[in-house]
Amino acid sequence: MEISYFAIIIGAIFVNNVVLAQFLGICPFLGVSSKVETSLGMSAAVTFVMALTALVCWPLQEYVLNPLGIGYMQTIVFILVIAALVQMVEIILKKVSPALYQALGIFLPLITTNCAVLGVAILMIQKEFTLLQSVTYSVATAIGFGLALVLFAGLRERLDFEDVPAAFKGVPIALITAGILAMAFMGFSGLV
Amino acid sequence: MNKLQIITSGILKNNPTFVLVLGMCPTLGTTTSASNGMGMGLATMAVLIMSNLVISLIKNLIPDKVRIPAFIVVIASFVTIIQMLMQAFVPALYASLGVFIPLIVVNCIILGRAEAFASKNGAFDSILDGVGIGLGFTLSLTAIGAVREILGSGAIFGYALGTADVMPLVFVLAPGGFLTLGYLMVLFNKLAKK
Repeated sequence: MEISYFAIIIGAIFVNNVVLAQFLGICPFLGVSSKVETSLGMSAAVTFVMALTALVCWPLQEYVLNPLGIGYMQTIVFILVIAALVQMVEIILKKVSPALYQALGIFLPLITTNCAVLGVAILMIQKEFTLLQSVTYSVATAIGFGLALVLFAGLRERLDFEDVPAAFKGVPIALITAGILAMAFMGFSGLV
Repeated sequence: MNKLQIITSGILKNNPTFVLVLGMCPTLGTTTSASNGMGMGLATMAVLIMSNLVISLIKNLIPDKVRIPAFIVVIASFVTIIQMLMQAFVPALYASLGVFIPLIVVNCIILGRAEAFASKNGAFDSILDGVGIGLGFTLSLTAIGAVREILGSGAIFGYALGTADVMPLVFVLAPGGFLTLGYLMVLFNKLAKK
């Protein structure tokens, strides 16, 4: 497939933003986006895991699942790979870089159930990307996730000081804010 | 808790979408029309009932430490089965739900019920819990889909209402998903308080 890397990057970050246009990874988006600092930590952890997932899942699909003709095992294999990767990253980080583990630690277990990670792994196979394109796509998607998360956290920090009607408190007002943010991102459509 | 209460609590008191706020990705991603929302809800319900049943049957065989991975394998197997069945029998729905069908695996509702209900209760009660929560999820998704379809494309379950030209298309696009769910949640909160 002839797609330039530039198009993949801009497409994944702005045009088809993973959270605001594709609705993947909404749970962490709503869950950990109340402070800018925590959302930065979460995005870093997601970027790391997504890049690793692409590096492991792509060869698995290409050299194991496809030759054996068991492509339908994709979902089961990928989710196990992601769960195992997250565990491994957690153990290695704890040993090698305790400081980084302190910063990312609490976010790592949450990533297994982040549907953006599994979603990207499935999408990159569907789009028939090469390995390098897949890694580019994964990292760009993760950056898009981080961008949406940090922007949204900034908005929510301001929202805390506003007098919101009782029925709107919590998730509803967050969803409406996200809707307006998604509308802003629609301005990017047609860019690539 | 009697048998009927297990079912009704999933629809109202523990409504997965409006009260527990779980499974937001498929809720927003697939509700572009009432029938898509319903299809997604039913597929999730089927997986939920089967995984609840199997997990409640094998709960004593699974060592506590590897409980979560074991649950995920059970869920992923049923998702794969549903995925193949849908591809064979409802290819149009399969195509429009796209990547969200394999993503039923990471729907927190299913793992949540496995952990909170099926791993502690008997087989029959677990099936009922799956039916209740599944119905609650299906009804919520159908409602959101219906609102977005009426407001966005002037139709309901695919039947045109003749208002397609004046309706704002934005409701079937991404921002409309967030806005509709947000306002429906406000409505649910208001009604639930009374």
